[in-house]
Amino acid sequence: MRYLPLTTADRQAMLAAIGVSSIDALFADVPPAAHLDGLCDLPRAQGELEVERALSAMAGKNMVAGSVPSFIGAGVYRHHMPASVDHLIQRGEFLTSYTPYQPEVAQGTLQMLFEFQTQVALLTGMEVANASMYDGATSCAEAVMMANRVTGRKKAILSGGLHPHYRDVTRTHARFVGFRAKLADPDPEAREDLAAQIDAATSCVVVQNPGFFGQVRDYSALAEACHKAGALLIVVVNEAVSLGGVKSPGAMGADIVAGEGQSFGNALNFGGPHLGLFATRERYVRQMPGRLVGETVDAEGRRGWVLTLSTREQHIRREKATSNICTNSGLCALAASIHIALLGEAGVIRLAALNHAKAVVLSERLAAVPGVSVVNDTFFNEFTLRLPRPAAAVVERLARKKILGGVPASRLHPRKPALNNLLLVAATETSTEADIAAFATALAQVLS
Amino acid sequence: MSDWSQAVSHFRGDGKASPTLSGNRGLQIEEALLFEQHAPGRTGVDLPEPPAVTSRLGGIMREGPIGLPGLSEPQVVRHYTRLSQKNYSIDTGLYPLGSCTMKHNPRLNERVARLAGFADIHPLQPVSTVQGALKLMDTLAHWLKTLTGMPAVALSPGAGAHGELCGIMCIRAALEARGEKRTRILVPESAHGTNPATAAACGFAVDSIPAAADGRVDLAALRAKLGPDVAALMLTNPNTCGLFERDIREIADAVHGAGAFFYCDGANFNAIVGRVRPADLGIDVMHINLHKTFSTPHGGGGPGSGPVVLAESLAPFAPTPWVVHGAKGLEFVERAQGAAKRSIGRLKGNHGQMGMFVRALAYMMSHGSDGLRQVAEDAVLNANYLLARLKGELTPAFPGTCMHEALFDDGFLKDTGVSTLDFAKAMIDEGYHPMTMYFPLVVHGALLMEPTETESRDSLDAFIAVVLALAKRVKAGDAEYFQGCPRLTPRRRLDETVAARKPVLRWRPPRTDRQAAD
Repeated sequence: MRYLPLTTADRQAMLAAIGVSSIDALFADVPPAAHLDGLCDLPRAQGELEVERALSAMAGKNMVAGSVPSFIGAGVYRHHMPASVDHLIQRGEFLTSYTPYQPEVAQGTLQMLFEFQTQVALLTGMEVANASMYDGATSCAEAVMMANRVTGRKKAILSGGLHPHYRDVTRTHARFVGFRAKLADPDPEAREDLAAQIDAATSCVVVQNPGFFGQVRDYSALAEACHKAGALLIVVVNEAVSLGGVKSPGAMGADIVAGEGQSFGNALNFGGPHLGLFATRERYVRQMPGRLVGETVDAEGRRGWVLTLSTREQHIRREKATSNICTNSGLCALAASIHIALLGEAGVIRLAALNHAKAVVLSERLAAVPGVSVVNDTFFNEFTLRLPRPAAAVVERLARKKILGGVPASRLHPRKPALNNLLLVAATETSTEADIAAFATALAQVLS
Repeated sequence: MSDWSQAVSHFRGDGKASPTLSGNRGLQIEEALLFEQHAPGRTGVDLPEPPAVTSRLGGIMREGPIGLPGLSEPQVVRHYTRLSQKNYSIDTGLYPLGSCTMKHNPRLNERVARLAGFADIHPLQPVSTVQGALKLMDTLAHWLKTLTGMPAVALSPGAGAHGELCGIMCIRAALEARGEKRTRILVPESAHGTNPATAAACGFAVDSIPAAADGRVDLAALRAKLGPDVAALMLTNPNTCGLFERDIREIADAVHGAGAFFYCDGANFNAIVGRVRPADLGIDVMHINLHKTFSTPHGGGGPGSGPVVLAESLAPFAPTPWVVHGAKGLEFVERAQGAAKRSIGRLKGNHGQMGMFVRALAYMMSHGSDGLRQVAEDAVLNANYLLARLKGELTPAFPGTCMHEALFDDGFLKDTGVSTLDFAKAMIDEGYHPMTMYFPLVVHGALLMEPTETESRDSLDAFIAVVLALAKRVKAGDAEYFQGCPRLTPRRRLDETVAARKPVLRWRPPRTDRQAAD
């Protein structure tokens, strides 16, 4: 087996050095009834060629988003990744290293994460950010639990414009962790008045910007209402590229930003691994979940980096930790950081403008299709269409024409008949004129 | 002061120890922060001019600059290449972190995870267009269920601790379904920190059970703690002392006899894969770290993946989504309704860590049932070889053989002035990543070494020679040497107290720049 260096002679010599007669002697503590005598009922070892062939066959059964006109978003966006991103993250020193608990031999990862924290803080307009979470949905649930700790309250109000997966994950935590999650009705037009629902028990209000249905709102007034009532405002961002164009959550007065950073540096990957972003105000830093990298000096007075404030974390505090989280999304954070570094200030702003412009063009073309209207008064790179019939079947028919024509709202909000005809559609810098034209034509055909 | 001299002041520190003007030391090259390499307007990506359109942002636009630096592609490539060279990695050398299973990461797995048919598919595409992806998930589930003997698996948890959360939530849901409110979870003192943190996060009181003198669970103490208010036992097996819990069947019987569930932390599954099925040990639920046993890369701290295998009693409570065989092919069950109405609901966005699933399945298919059994055997053999060769100079924490990792206490350092930490830092100068230190907590000054099956005998011999030589050096009375280690790394010991007292968690422009900007 190509990954196992020991030879039969090695094994025998090593058993002799240990002083046992066979490998079975080293498994002597296993109860006899639990010993597997033979092999599990699974295929035997295979070479690279055979494994690659088998997995390529599976991959070949999927419709590759980049091979067809694709307008799917809903929290996961297809952007162009500069070639150097994937090259650099495959350097073995990044790919095959552990969590940087030994800082003298992990300054590369630590400096990178310090830079990542700074990039996220700048983009979100917040003071501090952590070294990443599993994904946007878990980051959202952790943000609510942090707000509960900060305020000593146990009721979260979740916007109807929050991504349904984020709502669901937060609700699962609410049931088992022990807090209330009040879910507002899905709100395609972004007309809800959450400020009116805040009461003395409210720990936080969670909104998403741009919202699940694509609407862009300024939540400054809601932030004020939260603060007046002693609650926190959590702003979720799941299209991180929007931060280059839309007013930042920090500028609106957000207390915590929970986001999905996949758009920077990370492929679609069928939904994972992705990159949870988490940023907040400096005064709440000791209530944050997740790893943090801080600046310090070494024994010779040189600048360096370490994991810090780990007294919040499970490996030190055990049952008193702020979160049970241990692993983060280090390599995904690296990919995002490289992509943001390549873009730079000018590139991030240009990328956002390009995404917005493509979406505007797309919206104009699709709104011209008979029977179709755009629900949104505002949007960034994704918006909601109202179709004359249920969107799910339309999307299936578009797929048969080799067009990935967005996400039916009913896929994520089932059992809401009022949403059945709504279709979420996204454009990015990867959307071409030809793609947009093909989509508009196919949609008209399917609806005619 | 020029930018260069300012940067160099970071690199040379007090300058006393720096043999060079720049702070560089041959191939160890100092690297400024991205933010210190900025020039306005510079970019590493050429993007076209956006088409002219009427904005639909409703005037809710970013005001003022973001503050990100501008660098060209060559600068960025050099920056990250230099940073990478400051990291130790498995590719660099033996990485004996106990409990972390730092084994070789095959590059085939990287290649197949990047196939467009896996990497460039959207989680919300119509299910009819991603049948291959569901097939991959279904196949991975089959391998995991077969290797553990368990009837069900939840693939979505994002890492080991997330898998623990999943398992404990399922246990609570099952207890609620039985109409029981149990409030305590038993956790051995030697457990990973995530175990008590998870139990507490789900609202349980954590009750720790002591270890017996042989490093295993004290069965009598466990029995004494069990009662009608105990929801579960969380146990790692092989445990964090690198020992198989030989009373595990009695432990399982006692736990079940008290009406509680048996959670196994599967972090150490590498020691028994293909030789022992957790189901045969009486385990009800176990998470599997794909980034340990099944070799998906650790990536400097993630992403991981933590599927959870479940017994029949807990399977109905598994989180959504999962894959089922339907009339039109494979389908997702995405909502906790109908047949899934008892599910705890969703724990993570989308369907789990697909990129890790592809890598783990490639790893499993490469090894096959025969190779995976060999993995466990070689991992245990390598650890025992270390133990046997080191026990003359170091002090094993427990007598006898071990499983996949060898645990020593700091008895061999007693009265030498050298601590476990000092010893570990000396290993760094010798070109090795240290072993896990001060864990498990039940052993004084613990040194936990897990070589894994992907180290050759030559590699182990070289490592052993270094550890033995260092141990002899300790005994020769050279404490000062150890206390000053490491000396040859890009940075020497870093001041963690300073970092925590006044945390600096992000870069900010130097004062002069800020004043100029005002």
